[in-house]
Amino acid sequence: MSQASALLRRDAAELSARLPPLLAHAERLAATVLAGEHGRRRAGQGDEFWQYRPAHEGDEARHIDWRRSARSDAHFIRQKEWQAAQTVLFWVDDARAMDFTSSPDLPAKRERAQLLAMAAASLLLRGGERVGLLGAPFPPRMGEHQLTPLAAALLSQDERGEYGAPVMDGLGANTNVVMISDFLGDPAPFEAALSQAASRGVRGALLQILDPQEEAFPFEGRTIFESMGGVLSHETKKAGNLRARYLERLAARKALLADLAARSGWQYLCHHTDAPASAALLWLYGALERRR
Amino acid sequence: MFTIGPIGFTAPLILLGFLLLPVLWLLLRAVPPAPIRRRFPGVALLLGLQDDENETDKTPWWLLLLRMAALAAAIIGFAGPVLNPRAEQPGSGPLLILADGSWADAAGWARRIERMDALLEEAGADGRPVAVVMLADLPEGPLPFQGAEAWQRRLAGLQPTPWAPTPSPQWITALSDEGDFDTVWLSDGLARESRAPLLAALEAHGLVRVIESPRPVLGLGAVRFEEGEIAMDVLRSRAEGPLEVVIAAIGPDPAGVTRELARVEAGFEPGAESAEARFYLPAELRNRITRFAISGLRSAGAVQLADDALRRREVALIAGRADREGLDLLDPLHYLRKALEPSADLLEGGLDEILPANPDVIILADVAKLAPGEEEALREWVEKGGLLVRFAGPQLAASDVSRGAEDPLMPVRLRAGGRVVGGAMSWGTPKKLRPFAPESPFFGLDIPPDVEVSAQVLAEPDPTLSARVIASLADGTPLVTRKRIGRGQVVLFHVTANAEWSSLPLSRLFVEMLERLAVSARKGAPGAESLAGTEWRLEKRLDGFGELADAAEPIVVKGEVIATVEPGQEIPPGLYAGEDRSLAVNVLGEGAVLAPAAWPARIPVEGIAALRETGFKGAFLAAALALLLLDLLASLWLSGRLRGPRRGLAAGALFLGLCLGALAPAPAARAQEGAPPPPDDAEARAIAAAAKVTLAYVITGDSELDRLSEAGLLGLSDILYRRTSVEPGLPMGVDLERDELSLFPLLYWPISPSQPLPSKEAYAKLNEYLRRGGMILFDTRDGDLSGLGQSTPEGRKLQALALPLDIPPLEPVPEDHVLTRTFYLIQTFPGRYDRPIWAEAAPPDAEKVEGMPFRNLNDGVSPVIIGGNDWAGAWAVDRSGAPLLPVGRGYTGERQREMAYRFGVNLVMYVLTGNYKSDQVHVPALLERLGQ
Repeated sequence: MSQASALLRRDAAELSARLPPLLAHAERLAATVLAGEHGRRRAGQGDEFWQYRPAHEGDEARHIDWRRSARSDAHFIRQKEWQAAQTVLFWVDDARAMDFTSSPDLPAKRERAQLLAMAAASLLLRGGERVGLLGAPFPPRMGEHQLTPLAAALLSQDERGEYGAPVMDGLGANTNVVMISDFLGDPAPFEAALSQAASRGVRGALLQILDPQEEAFPFEGRTIFESMGGVLSHETKKAGNLRARYLERLAARKALLADLAARSGWQYLCHHTDAPASAALLWLYGALERRR
Repeated sequence: MFTIGPIGFTAPLILLGFLLLPVLWLLLRAVPPAPIRRRFPGVALLLGLQDDENETDKTPWWLLLLRMAALAAAIIGFAGPVLNPRAEQPGSGPLLILADGSWADAAGWARRIERMDALLEEAGADGRPVAVVMLADLPEGPLPFQGAEAWQRRLAGLQPTPWAPTPSPQWITALSDEGDFDTVWLSDGLARESRAPLLAALEAHGLVRVIESPRPVLGLGAVRFEEGEIAMDVLRSRAEGPLEVVIAAIGPDPAGVTRELARVEAGFEPGAESAEARFYLPAELRNRITRFAISGLRSAGAVQLADDALRRREVALIAGRADREGLDLLDPLHYLRKALEPSADLLEGGLDEILPANPDVIILADVAKLAPGEEEALREWVEKGGLLVRFAGPQLAASDVSRGAEDPLMPVRLRAGGRVVGGAMSWGTPKKLRPFAPESPFFGLDIPPDVEVSAQVLAEPDPTLSARVIASLADGTPLVTRKRIGRGQVVLFHVTANAEWSSLPLSRLFVEMLERLAVSARKGAPGAESLAGTEWRLEKRLDGFGELADAAEPIVVKGEVIATVEPGQEIPPGLYAGEDRSLAVNVLGEGAVLAPAAWPARIPVEGIAALRETGFKGAFLAAALALLLLDLLASLWLSGRLRGPRRGLAAGALFLGLCLGALAPAPAARAQEGAPPPPDDAEARAIAAAAKVTLAYVITGDSELDRLSEAGLLGLSDILYRRTSVEPGLPMGVDLERDELSLFPLLYWPISPSQPLPSKEAYAKLNEYLRRGGMILFDTRDGDLSGLGQSTPEGRKLQALALPLDIPPLEPVPEDHVLTRTFYLIQTFPGRYDRPIWAEAAPPDAEKVEGMPFRNLNDGVSPVIIGGNDWAGAWAVDRSGAPLLPVGRGYTGERQREMAYRFGVNLVMYVLTGNYKSDQVHVPALLERLGQ
């Protein structure tokens, strides 16, 4: 038996050991949202009656519901509830920067991102959507059996850079994209990705996940800051003096993201790992609802 | 050696290291603190940010100062600082170290040994031969001069003796044979006659130095008895400012563990040489005391051993008449017995039997006339120191004893007939007591407000009367009078010893008054004549530190010697045992005085504290280390390692620092002594049972049955509360072996075949209970299948249980029994079954009253009711008041339950009111009389 296959098996075992907890955790989180969020609440293609609306110019005559219209003077069109399946693609930043956590009590940003992605995916799959991963080797599919390959792809860690950047491949129309990252690296790839997406009519959500320490910058004294991989480093003699300017830059980065999102019709939220995941999930779910 | 003031340095050159400090200052200021490396993803945002100031964080001045101080402490420490460097003292030739070694030394013995050690060290350094001699334990032969090291090894073996040092004149004269030597005399600070000749003899040989502690010596004087209190003097050798000492009375507690039984504080007035400590203790405590000691002082002189003198007294009780047997509360001696039992040994009997026993006290309760021979003997006994206490009473009031002329055995003359000042047939109100006069032995006792006197015998006014009154009523008439006869005294209480004439015997005051009187009748201190011809064996020996230990070697001393000779080597202080007495020989006897030693002005007197060389090297180095540790923490804090993330590591360092701080010796926690005893459960229970009418059941050991009994009685109590004026408390289970039965009017005893037979004592209690009017309701719970069950196991058990009980002949309850009409008119007595029950048989001569449906039945209440109707089952209710068990069927069953309750009500009424309803037979006759 070769060493490579042994390693592979070991990794597989580790992966499968971690999969169920992630799945279970995500299911549990999803369950907190599912209650009360039934239906699409939009007119569209489907079987279920949605509403009558007065007929406008340009409506085809065959759409008019004569039975309803006969009860009044105006013409009404019978609309069905929108039930067309959509595709939602997730992109979860797997860069080293996402491994950071300031306290053993808090989850790493990466863990929180994966959890939210899986929980949202679970919700969407139950709602009958197609869910996939941006840049994944498998296409987006419907059905809950899609969860397992999703989780496996999320947990695989190869070729990780210091900061992540999305690859906007294979985006079709009627697709939503959810990007989960800390967005601390170079913003240029994101700007490019978002403009590319906007040009194709792809909508979506940006979920920024930050550690509380990244938000507070509680450092003092002479310090050398290093990125998680150790590639970037910055030395200061008085860390305390940098705090105001760091916070300024962070606020600027958030504003940039919010602006980007607004311009391309996306949604943006900054989420901290010390806040409950369910709030972020609720927002994420709502954001996807609004887009459709 | 280089010295600055009292401090010298062993290596002064190292002090040059101070020159390095300014250099270090500059160096430390130049070097910035080391940076911390932190992983931080936000670094991408930091890139390109410049520090405002080019200069790095400087080491702050206080941190620099801290480091300088640490370094300075280290330099000083290594330079070897020494406090009081030893200056060379002149001296050569042999040295005699003379220690008193008495009990007065014991309190500061360790420091004396230390001082001797210092002296020996000096002498050893100078190569002088030394002799160490304890005056209280003199060596045989010439002075043992040896090398100082040899003495230093033996120093730890020296112990103070529990007596005063009294060198014999022969020993002092023998000193003149020795050669020249210098003397250091470690005095214990007390004046003694032997000091002057010894000092003269020593001065003939060379220089004499005296070392003496300036502290006063404390001692505990002999124990006295004054008016029922134990008093003793605390003595001190120097009359200085105010001083508080605590005297502890020590003895075995009830568990046999020796502990402090009581403590009082004695305060020296400024300038006073003695202070008085007074113990007022209950007799039970006083009997336990084995010694008194000054708390916290380890010295034989601070201990007073207690012997027989604290023991119980013998008291003889004689009553005038004992014709009303069985009526305890009217017995003239009952209250005396109750009051004296705990504190005295009681003798009862005729005067002729008692007098030869020579009791300490004889109490005559309402005895008017004595036979002439007896009177003479009694008088003789009083004159020899006996205490005769007499109580008045109807007999004394009616007799003409001490009427015309004063009876020798009465303190006052009495008026005929006495008087009644309060009561149903008089206008006056009962009289209260007047506070006791200061000269009265009762002075200081609290008079409870409820003590009232309603009848008394009156004293004739007499010139001597006022001197003899030791307690009087509010209107000035004497209540207690006393007369001294020879060495003894006669005390007359002008009221009875029982509660007929006054409530005095019911009060605490009565006990306290008796105690004051009885205790003040203590025999005097044993004199030589009283000890003549006796032999005393040493049992427990007191050592110099005041600890008692079993005597190792047998020492037997003649009584005359013990009474006259001061304690010393021949008579070591301790506890001696005679034939059946014990005698304590204490270090300080009666009249002991502690006077400070007076030395001639030419003799130099030093304090005991030795100025020894004290090295400070360790202290300075420890200070340096502590400062460096502080520096470590401060550096960590400055560099942000204590504040920012990763505090955990720094917290470890902080913890280490705190640990070092905690190493400082903590004051030893004082053990909690004398925790209060747990509250008496039985007493609380008795109070609860006596507070209300309480129905009780016998605990059979069958938990199911006991629960049912309790529920049954609860149901019955509830019914009683609602329907009658009886308001019972919660029912109680009774353990026949342990619980007091007399508190319960009715015992419900369900029979369980498995229950054990009560013990003999329990049967005795049960019989007593039945005889005194208690009632037991036996319930075999088997429906009485075969008429007072022969065949059921419960029936057989009942027979076995009831066999030792004192039960009168029984009969089935007749239809005219009082039980059928005490509250409800009933004819059957059902429980869950409805069978006849049995009660005490009516006497055969009970007659049916004419025209009445019932007979004038037995005048008592049946002590037992026996049946098998399972009443508890019918009465039983749960907490919400719903019946627990079914009775019969449907409405008939409920009716039967109601009848069961009615039987219960009738039963309780029968128990509480007895045959009251039987008196109904007389109603027609009474009505007829009223009509006229």
